Amino acid sequence: MGFFEFIQDRWPVLSFLAYQHMSVVVQSLILATAVGIVLAVLAYRSSAGAAAGNALSAVGLTLPSYALLGLLIAFISSGVAVSVIALAFYGCLPILRNAIVGLRGVDPKLVESARGMGMGRLTTLLKLEIPMAWPVIMTGVRVSGQMMMGVAAITAYVLGPGLGGYIFAGISRMGGANATNAIVAGTIGILVLAVILDAALNILTRITTSRGIRV
Amino acid sequence: MSESTVPASETVEQPGDGTVHGEQIVLDGVTKRYPRQKSPAVDNISMTIPAGEIVMLVGPSGCGKTTTMKMINRLIEPTAGRILIGDEDITRKDPDDLRRHIGYVIQGAGLFPHMSVGDNIALVPRLLGWDKSRIRRRVDELLDLVNLEPSYRGRYPRELSGGQQQRVGVARGLASDPPVLLMDEPFGAVDPITRQRLQDELLRLQEELRKTIVFVTHDFDEAVKVGDRIAILQDGSEIVQYDTPEQILAHPANEFVEGFVGHGAILKQLALVRVRDVDLHDAAVAHVGDDPGQATQRAQAIGREHVIVLDSQDRPQRWMSLRELRTDGVLGRVERDEQLEVVSLASTLNDTLEEMLTSSHGVVVVTGRHNRYQGVIRLDTIMAKMQDLQPAGSVGTTDAP
Repeated sequence: MGFFEFIQDRWPVLSFLAYQHMSVVVQSLILATAVGIVLAVLAYRSSAGAAAGNALSAVGLTLPSYALLGLLIAFISSGVAVSVIALAFYGCLPILRNAIVGLRGVDPKLVESARGMGMGRLTTLLKLEIPMAWPVIMTGVRVSGQMMMGVAAITAYVLGPGLGGYIFAGISRMGGANATNAIVAGTIGILVLAVILDAALNILTRITTSRGIRV
Repeated sequence: MSESTVPASETVEQPGDGTVHGEQIVLDGVTKRYPRQKSPAVDNISMTIPAGEIVMLVGPSGCGKTTTMKMINRLIEPTAGRILIGDEDITRKDPDDLRRHIGYVIQGAGLFPHMSVGDNIALVPRLLGWDKSRIRRRVDELLDLVNLEPSYRGRYPRELSGGQQQRVGVARGLASDPPVLLMDEPFGAVDPITRQRLQDELLRLQEELRKTIVFVTHDFDEAVKVGDRIAILQDGSEIVQYDTPEQILAHPANEFVEGFVGHGAILKQLALVRVRDVDLHDAAVAHVGDDPGQATQRAQAIGREHVIVLDSQDRPQRWMSLRELRTDGVLGRVERDEQLEVVSLASTLNDTLEEMLTSSHGVVVVTGRHNRYQGVIRLDTIMAKMQDLQPAGSVGTTDAP
């Protein structure tokens, strides 16, 4: 069976798995963004906190995803839950790093000006610091999105949702009928999803960034 | 009809109602001590800032002038002492609420780049929970007050020049109509010509508003020009002299002040005289659309070689020589001369003299509110005024040529 026939034949399954793949990545990405920004807000004000955040981000990214999944599945039986936790963990690291950089990059004169006008700490954060750091934070979100597309494939190891399972199935019956087709279809599917997600995030960044600071 | 002078007092733009809207500020033994530092940044300073006046804090860098000012809105908490605004001890108030009622303008304006001009100005009114229509009216009012077109409301700070940004900064500081305005080297980051304009505008505003303004600067000339009173500070915010500019120029308290005043006290005293305080002259005037022939006749009748061309709103556009006027229809379309030297009624003679020297004309056009033509000022007027000032200036013996 040729590759295109294969795709046509398996389209219902492939499209459903692609949808699952995108869905788990997007949901985990939203979770990761929230966690990453909260951690950054807790850390950015002191240089020790910022250093700790950066160190966590650097060390966390060297952790092999296989190892993390193996570790998590020992405690949590649901493959989907483990997938989401692992994805959010990896995803929040670049966002944490970028959010710290972005928040620390806000001109202290602006912050002082905000405080001098009677804006409280929280108001200053929400109305000045996060909007100003937003383009940098969103760059982190895009990096995370790309990375999570790949990691999501590996979560098939713990029976996570998405196209990873299709690739794994292909690998396990290597040499059998359509094994290569399955691997290639899954891989290309993930690439296409990654491109779509990045384009969507790019548009989202433009919409949510003030015209006054857009480059 | 040979020469007519316009008494400036009659052409003055709508004067403020003269009501003081500011409140008195009293610093009483205020001290700021940082941990692990031997000497205090501000050491036991006491001063009274009268309601409705501009008080300049001047001194070398590191003397504590900015620290002193920031204690008034508690961006820096005093270690000891009391600060009263009106009758209220502000060290007992909620700091955020306090700051919403004190205008704060910093160097480079500190506008939020991600917000439009309108949103920047509306910041404090929004914090105070004003309703939408009231905020909208207030923003329009303030844009008009600082001479910006209403169309600027939707622009972003990076689309404005430095001077325009600073104007918006002043508008933002005034948004909640606070009795007290703190200005921290507000005009330090703009070029000298823009700075001079902004100073003039501030003085014009102050005539209407009569706020209590605390203004920090390291530029003594700015202090003389803008201040009703000047406090000259030394290390630890020690007040060396606190007096009117006239008195400080005429009687510097000690060598430190003398050094600060520098040379040329007479020239500096020119900064105390405004264009409106001297008699202006009439120039030959033509309007866009006038008949060049008639304009020429009018100019010749009062013996002038040049006419000043005004637009339909009496705003000066450019000088034209009688020779240029010989061309028919030359007044039909007149392009504004961007280099045209103009001073306002609130400008100081010092700045006016500077304009004359850079322009190499002996005459500078004077405008009032909305840039309307008021008359011209001549070099001999300034020279005559300097003669008048001579006796006062001769007190400073070190300034003898």
